[in-house]
Amino acid sequence: MQLTIEQVRKVAQLARLEFTEEQLESFSAQLASIISFVEQLKDVDTEGVEVLSHPHALQDALREDEVQEGLSRQAALANAPAHDGECFLVPPVLG
Amino acid sequence: MELERLSAVELGRRIAAGELKCSEVVRYFLDRSIERNAALNALIEIDEEALNAAEEIDRRSSRESRRSPLEGVPIVIKDILCMEGKRTTCASRMLENFTAPYTATAVKRLLDGGVLPIGRANMDEFAMGGSTETSYFGVTRNPWDLSRTPGGSSGGSAAALAAGMAPLAVGTDTGGSVRQPSAYCGVVGLKPTYGRISRYGLVAFASSLDQVGPMAHYVEDVAALLQLMAGPDGRDSTSLPAAVDDYLGALGKPLDGLRVGVISEHVEHPDVAPEVRQAVQRAITHLTDLGAALEQVHLALTRYAVPTYYLVAPSEASSNLSRYDGVHYGYRDRPAEGVESPLVSMMSRTRSHGFGDEVKRRVMLGTFALSAGYYDAYYKKALKVRRMIAEEMRRAFERVDVLVGPVAPTPAFSLGENADDPVRMYLQDQFTVAANLAGIPALAVPAGFNDQGLPLAVQLQGAPLSEATLLNVAYHLQQNRFFVPRVAEWK
Repeated sequence: MQLTIEQVRKVAQLARLEFTEEQLESFSAQLASIISFVEQLKDVDTEGVEVLSHPHALQDALREDEVQEGLSRQAALANAPAHDGECFLVPPVLG
Repeated sequence: MELERLSAVELGRRIAAGELKCSEVVRYFLDRSIERNAALNALIEIDEEALNAAEEIDRRSSRESRRSPLEGVPIVIKDILCMEGKRTTCASRMLENFTAPYTATAVKRLLDGGVLPIGRANMDEFAMGGSTETSYFGVTRNPWDLSRTPGGSSGGSAAALAAGMAPLAVGTDTGGSVRQPSAYCGVVGLKPTYGRISRYGLVAFASSLDQVGPMAHYVEDVAALLQLMAGPDGRDSTSLPAAVDDYLGALGKPLDGLRVGVISEHVEHPDVAPEVRQAVQRAITHLTDLGAALEQVHLALTRYAVPTYYLVAPSEASSNLSRYDGVHYGYRDRPAEGVESPLVSMMSRTRSHGFGDEVKRRVMLGTFALSAGYYDAYYKKALKVRRMIAEEMRRAFERVDVLVGPVAPTPAFSLGENADDPVRMYLQDQFTVAANLAGIPALAVPAGFNDQGLPLAVQLQGAPLSEATLLNVAYHLQQNRFFVPRVAEWK
């Protein structure tokens, strides 16, 4: 399959990744070769086959609905790049 | 005394009997690790804190019962399993300074059994790779030949074992990441049935494929490690509720009547090196001598396992890794100047500079396969073929107990050899990924060495929850001297 630079740019945007023009070109070539490789699946007749998204058909993996200790706020914030002791801090959504 | 030559079970026995002091054992392996890591870069961090726990074990009265047969034995843990208060980096810049706020269930069970972690093992970044070359902290080298890869992604765990830096290791296996490095380094490595070991606290790569796996030189040590880590966990809803077998107790049971299937498509595959094929044939001869009945098995669909895997795994990865956005934890970059949304800019730059190329490739591939217009043709198609592959394998296990074949097509390749060609690198996984897609257990068993002194290996696969059988077959191969556990030495 042929991948245009524009298509790769769009996927990068969806994935929240930024590339230089040079990187975009080398990534496009690599992605195209991987996609050509996986396209051999088209040879398999999957008519009427259900998807398998999980190896085991587990059902009702439930526990009793009891209150349990979760991660404390302090522990949850401990690895944050920026916080004010109560909330995670981020740059403005709109500049 | 060359403690690295002893099995972990034997070390545990001697510590319990008072023949060895636990603190001396831990000191011995710490010193070996520090000394050998300079050449190998197998461990990202070496942790002397284990000495405190070791001294505690030494102070205890001999009347107190042991917590497990592995009490007091050192272990290295792949840097993808959380341990409270310890750095857990996934060999990524993204998590370079991440301190785990809780302990993974698998690790907790090891600690409860008195096993002592002495190091965090290097790996491919976020377990994506088959050579430990994508680690942010530099490549790991193979102790049998320093110019070669130890395999990956659990390359640090395998290399540390091969060099005798620890008698036990833990890896994780999403497409062969325990088995292939075990094969390249000449150790025993198990990918258990999906759900046999809890994934709680294992940093997610592809959630429907990831499994924690025990690794060691001796089969009984892998069995003992599995014994400790296996079992249902309320914190992982995909962990299997089935009771845990007595893996150690099953070792040595006669193999009479065992039905062994030889995977024709794998053994005869043109990519398989002659010496690897001979290793499989030698295993078959040993198993026949031990009373097993042989049968050829055809798995025609396994040729589609790699393309299926390289759609399913990156799709799940692109979703799982969306959490790395510079907000809650991990690396954060500054937003660019004068942009419409500083928040979005911060996230994009964080991800672009925090992830390495292989991770970005897979996130891009997965994002593509899941995107509007391509979802049905790629992701959904792959999930259908996945079912067909899983069913073909399960049908095989109606006729045989164990499948035998190669782990990887060749022994360890040279560093850099496959680095510029992702598809060629992915084909290293062609015999291992089917077990992950189907959720079945699979074991890499050493098979001696080739002319260049590189380890060879064979793979045993079984029906879900047949770990006891796989380990017993491997144990017989070990007792029959099909392989002899060996530690690598180099000048």
